[in-house]
Amino acid sequence: MDTISRKGELRMMALFAVIVLLMPIWLIPFGAAYPDLLQKFAIFGIFAVGFNILFGLTGYLSFGHAVFLGVGSYAAVWSFKLFTMNVIPAVIFGVLFSGIFAAVIGFVSLRRSGIYFSILTLAFAQMSYNLAYSVLTPITNGETGLQLRLHDLRMIDGLFIEAGEGLPLTNLFGIKMSGYPGFYFCAVLLILAFYLALRIKNSPFGMALKAIKSNQLRMGYTGFNTRPYLMSAFMISGMYAGLAGALLAVTDPLAGAERMQWTASGEVVLMTILGGVGTLFGPLLGAGLIKYFENIFSSYNDALLQETFSFLPDMLNNLMVGIISPFVGDGWHLTLGGLFMVIIIFLPGGIVGGITMVWRRYMKKRGASAEMEGETS
Amino acid sequence: MTTVLNVSGVNKRFGGLQALDNVNLKVEEGQTLAIIGPNGAGKSTLLNVCIGRLAPDSGSVEFHGETLIGKQPYEINQAGVARVFQTPEIFPELNLLENVMIPALSKRNGAFHFNIISRMREEKQIEADAISFLEEFGLQDQSDNEAGTLSRGDKRRLELAMCLVQKPKLLLLDEPTAGMSRHDTNTTIELLKKIKESGMTKVIIEHDMQVVFSLADKIVVLAQGAIIAGGTPDEIRNDPKVQEAYLGEEQV
Repeated sequence: MDTISRKGELRMMALFAVIVLLMPIWLIPFGAAYPDLLQKFAIFGIFAVGFNILFGLTGYLSFGHAVFLGVGSYAAVWSFKLFTMNVIPAVIFGVLFSGIFAAVIGFVSLRRSGIYFSILTLAFAQMSYNLAYSVLTPITNGETGLQLRLHDLRMIDGLFIEAGEGLPLTNLFGIKMSGYPGFYFCAVLLILAFYLALRIKNSPFGMALKAIKSNQLRMGYTGFNTRPYLMSAFMISGMYAGLAGALLAVTDPLAGAERMQWTASGEVVLMTILGGVGTLFGPLLGAGLIKYFENIFSSYNDALLQETFSFLPDMLNNLMVGIISPFVGDGWHLTLGGLFMVIIIFLPGGIVGGITMVWRRYMKKRGASAEMEGETS
Repeated sequence: MTTVLNVSGVNKRFGGLQALDNVNLKVEEGQTLAIIGPNGAGKSTLLNVCIGRLAPDSGSVEFHGETLIGKQPYEINQAGVARVFQTPEIFPELNLLENVMIPALSKRNGAFHFNIISRMREEKQIEADAISFLEEFGLQDQSDNEAGTLSRGDKRRLELAMCLVQKPKLLLLDEPTAGMSRHDTNTTIELLKKIKESGMTKVIIEHDMQVVFSLADKIVVLAQGAIIAGGTPDEIRNDPKVQEAYLGEEQV
């Protein structure tokens, strides 16, 4: 069976926790071990893992998942403004409100499947984006984005703490949520979120979702009411996105409408497909890679390139810079697009799918050669 | 003997075509009823009315005294009706064991059950049930294979196992041997005979006369939407109206 045993599950989780918590160390050689980027790895990891619960298990491709990211952020910032700078209520509100949004959007969109479902979710996302950008300005602060202000209400904080001079910082019972503590907060939530996704995948509920992806007609005639299954999956995955959105606000307390734009929705689709749809680690890997490339490649500019190739004669140097410069800096999307095409064409199962394939072939070869040896001896 | 399925006075019209014309039939418990008829006689329409896919213009379809009209497929299945399709409907991406465990889960847990606490691996009772059915149908050696890789005949057997693991009260079969080789057809007939011996109530729609005459207790002949004859296989074989409408073609 595709699922793993309880012992295997524990070992996997332990390994996963170690890998995640030690990211600040083993990412040093990659030049990625700074808190800002690490936070992004964890947050978008959560986003992608949640997206995969819907897309990977049920096969329903939502093209508007960034809505829930945005809703999570707005809810979290409002929690900071109205109640307290403590991050726990912010995270709870983020998850709660994105869950409500997911219930509404899911209720309408899940009436259709396939491309029509994708289009419906996309339409909802663009609608929400435009609402946040213009009509709902009192709630979202429109173009500028929702920010903290000195004179925010902060009802709960007001009871305990005298308002300081500058803007207050987000905190977890006094621990500041920027830099490494912020990363560790996100990392712990990522580990919990990953564990929940693992349990869902191995549960009878997850099996039903996989069966819906495989043959929805048979599911009906097997006695399953598929609607509530799909609704649950959609809501869970929306709440994951809400959690990710809330964490974006926790590490940097502002929320803007662009977080809901279709490019953001598309990004999580890319992450999931790049890493491997339906696998547990794939979406995480995809999220990490995309965020890494975004940060590393986009920071390169012509001057940096000149420096890198300074060992070459001038003419060659200029040539190299001319060739490479469209692919870095603002053009890093070009690199991403190229990478994406290579993966889709040569590894339809994503990176994790590719690794599994190579591993199986290797095991088969080894098994075959072991048999041969057994025969000859 | 109790009546399992009771179809009475069913009419269905598609535009100018009377697809079903005042159809009445009863299926008793433990009985195998075969519905035969030339192409376009209304067999599939009748089956679709029985499983709620089509609403009849008039008439009623009752299963153990409860109407099936207007019900969702999952409700009909939960009531105890399992269906085998013309082309086997299985879960091609899942392995055989999972294919059979899923219907067993539905039987135990109902139409919707949000369970993320337990693990598939630890559903030992369900697993044992599924394995015993795979063994009965001779598929145990392939239980780790993806169902999509099976041959047509094996897919049909898997689908039957998926239906029977739910211990249905009524099994509907839509041309169970359509598109099968002679060998696969014969093994399927053997299998259906075995199922019949266990006392299962069945309705079969079939073209293949060999299948019909070797399995049915009662045969109903449809032509142009109406039942033109009904009775035991021997009665049907000797009925001149049937020979004219159906068998006659083959005797030329």
